Amino acid sequence: MVGIVIISHSKNIADGVKELASQMAPNVAIGVAGGTADGRVGTDMEKISAAIEDVYSEDGVIIIFDLGSAFMNAEMAIEFLDEKMKEKIKIVDCPIVEGAVTAAVESSIGKNIEEIEEALKPMNLGKMP
Amino acid sequence: MSIQGKKVIEILEKISEKIDENKAYLSELDAAIGDGDHGLNMSKGFKAVVEKIKDDDGNDIGGILKKSGMALVSNVGGASGPLYGTAFMKAAVSVNGKSEVDINDFAKMLDEALEGIKMRGKGQADDKTMIDAIEPALKSIKEGIDSGIEVKEILKAAKEAAYKGVEHTKEIIAKKGRASYLGERSLGHQDAGATSSAIILETIYEALN
Repeated sequence: MVGIVIISHSKNIADGVKELASQMAPNVAIGVAGGTADGRVGTDMEKISAAIEDVYSEDGVIIIFDLGSAFMNAEMAIEFLDEKMKEKIKIVDCPIVEGAVTAAVESSIGKNIEEIEEALKPMNLGKMP
Repeated sequence: MSIQGKKVIEILEKISEKIDENKAYLSELDAAIGDGDHGLNMSKGFKAVVEKIKDDDGNDIGGILKKSGMALVSNVGGASGPLYGTAFMKAAVSVNGKSEVDINDFAKMLDEALEGIKMRGKGQADDKTMIDAIEPALKSIKEGIDSGIEVKEILKAAKEAAYKGVEHTKEIIAKKGRASYLGERSLGHQDAGATSSAIILETIYEALN
């Protein structure tokens, strides 16, 4: 099953979204990267890398984020991964709560990365430049 | 005029001091149209840079800059982490293995840094960002090199161009970052990222003057 990584500037938000998504899809691997290394508001590339490693499988990973720097750090985290992993990781433009819940449910019924991306398309907010 | 690795380390230490001295000011600018943490983040980031490079042997300036970039990525919590981090890491590539750099190298480094920032943040001039300080500074450096003027004068002109860019950010609406959510309300306010970039360029000038 496709793994999900939730990135937020706030640890509370990331944990809360995971809590919600897990309720709907308890068998899906969901990783979180919320807040900075020292517990403040912000995002942290190493936390993101660790979350990706946590949930990675051959089925790949969908990354869902809140605002701007979360996306930049996610891109950087992916750049540092090895080639095989890179191509199976997709960052998706969607609202963090609704997107994560939808992605988790789709993954739990066996949809692959492309199918999940399709399902999230109507939710695009134009937050990925 | 060229400088060695140890001098580059000294310059980075001076940058860290200058940023720390200005951290309240930078955070204040950021509070007006952002989330108010730019000064704190930059100060923390550059202190981490100094920790990482202070004992470096100075033989590989590219290595020093790469370590600096990584320290910024790991220790600067906001957008400045990936942006300044990428800037330093891209600059590093052009001087990999070099133990000495001159003004031409600096122009190349700044060029790569700027491209890195634009690639990472998908920004451009007049978005009201650090690009608005760095791009004019780079242009002025290239013009200075072409005109054959003295290095100290080139760096002085670069600093002045950067600060002019900072002033210009007051006149434009933010198209990137947290400030972009404020739209028109961002008018009249100076961009914090452009300011920290100008401070860095000013420190480089002062260190070599």
